[in-house]
Amino acid sequence: MKQTRTTPVTCRRISRSFLFGGNPHFPGWLQSFTLRRDGISLRPDVEFRDQSPMATIQPIANENEQHPDVALVERVRGGDISAYDELVRKYDRQVFRIAQHITQNREDAEDVMQDAFLKAYEKLDQFQGNSKFYTWLVRIAVNESLMRLRKRRTGKMVSIDEDIDTEEGSVPRDLADWAPDPEQNYSQSELAEILRKTIQGLPPGFRVVFALRDVEGLSTEETAETLGLSVPAVKSRLLRARLQLRERLSRYFKRKKGPKGRGVKSDVH
Amino acid sequence: MTCTEFLAMLDDLIDDSVSREMRADLQEHLQGCEHCEVTLNTTRKTIQIYRSHEIYEMPAGLRDRLHKAIMERCKKGC
Repeated sequence: MKQTRTTPVTCRRISRSFLFGGNPHFPGWLQSFTLRRDGISLRPDVEFRDQSPMATIQPIANENEQHPDVALVERVRGGDISAYDELVRKYDRQVFRIAQHITQNREDAEDVMQDAFLKAYEKLDQFQGNSKFYTWLVRIAVNESLMRLRKRRTGKMVSIDEDIDTEEGSVPRDLADWAPDPEQNYSQSELAEILRKTIQGLPPGFRVVFALRDVEGLSTEETAETLGLSVPAVKSRLLRARLQLRERLSRYFKRKKGPKGRGVKSDVH
Repeated sequence: MTCTEFLAMLDDLIDDSVSREMRADLQEHLQGCEHCEVTLNTTRKTIQIYRSHEIYEMPAGLRDRLHKAIMERCKKGC
């Protein structure tokens, strides 16, 4: 029987994904806190908002508290396939998006999504619970994506180290300020096309770091673990990815020159 | 602080992982450097735009089809 999201559950800990819809984008300082309301029955998304004035923010008292996914994984291991369906529905959009970011090919992304979830199911016994199920799943999806990319580029090795010897964007050149709310100047479809085209131009090694860290909300440490990179390497790539994207988007978003245009001094120290 | 030094700390500033002292130094540089102010603001905006717009959305039909395929295969034993 399928469990609905509105079934009351007793929560000791309210997870980040619970509060932020599974795609946590919030200041770093909030990551060191968790919301706790012992012993109160909650309905996800509904009761929490209704009773939010009662909620208090406290530092995490016990780092070993179980992530909600661990219980789902245990149910799958016990033969409850509907629990795996829950995991799939929870993370399929993210896995698809990551696969698209890496492969830049829709068919490949569809295949990666399916293969990644099947592989995760097959290897579930190997999941130790030391990392979050999501980051473990993302690692599988990244590997599957890179394999697809290699197949597309037959005979050519593809890795996340590829094409990183570029200085582009390391030093900002376009110093023009952007228009206020520049995305308002484009329709949704035009904007999506601009964003796709822009990120497509990044080397895969930068693209994947930006996608995991900034789009999917993984921490720097999780991104490093997922990609098998050092934390300094992730930081270096993230900075360059952000600056390259900024530089490229400036072509579309910069403030039009005019009498009210804002000139920017170019006295870089 | 030079622009190069500011740029080296840009990500930490955006990710809110700088010490109070470092933040004060960065703010002081920003007050006198429009170039770095623009770089900071537009980089923040870049991240925000990518976070808030779904550029690779899955059609609902595809999602259902893939779910079905995955569940069928798993029921047979993956």
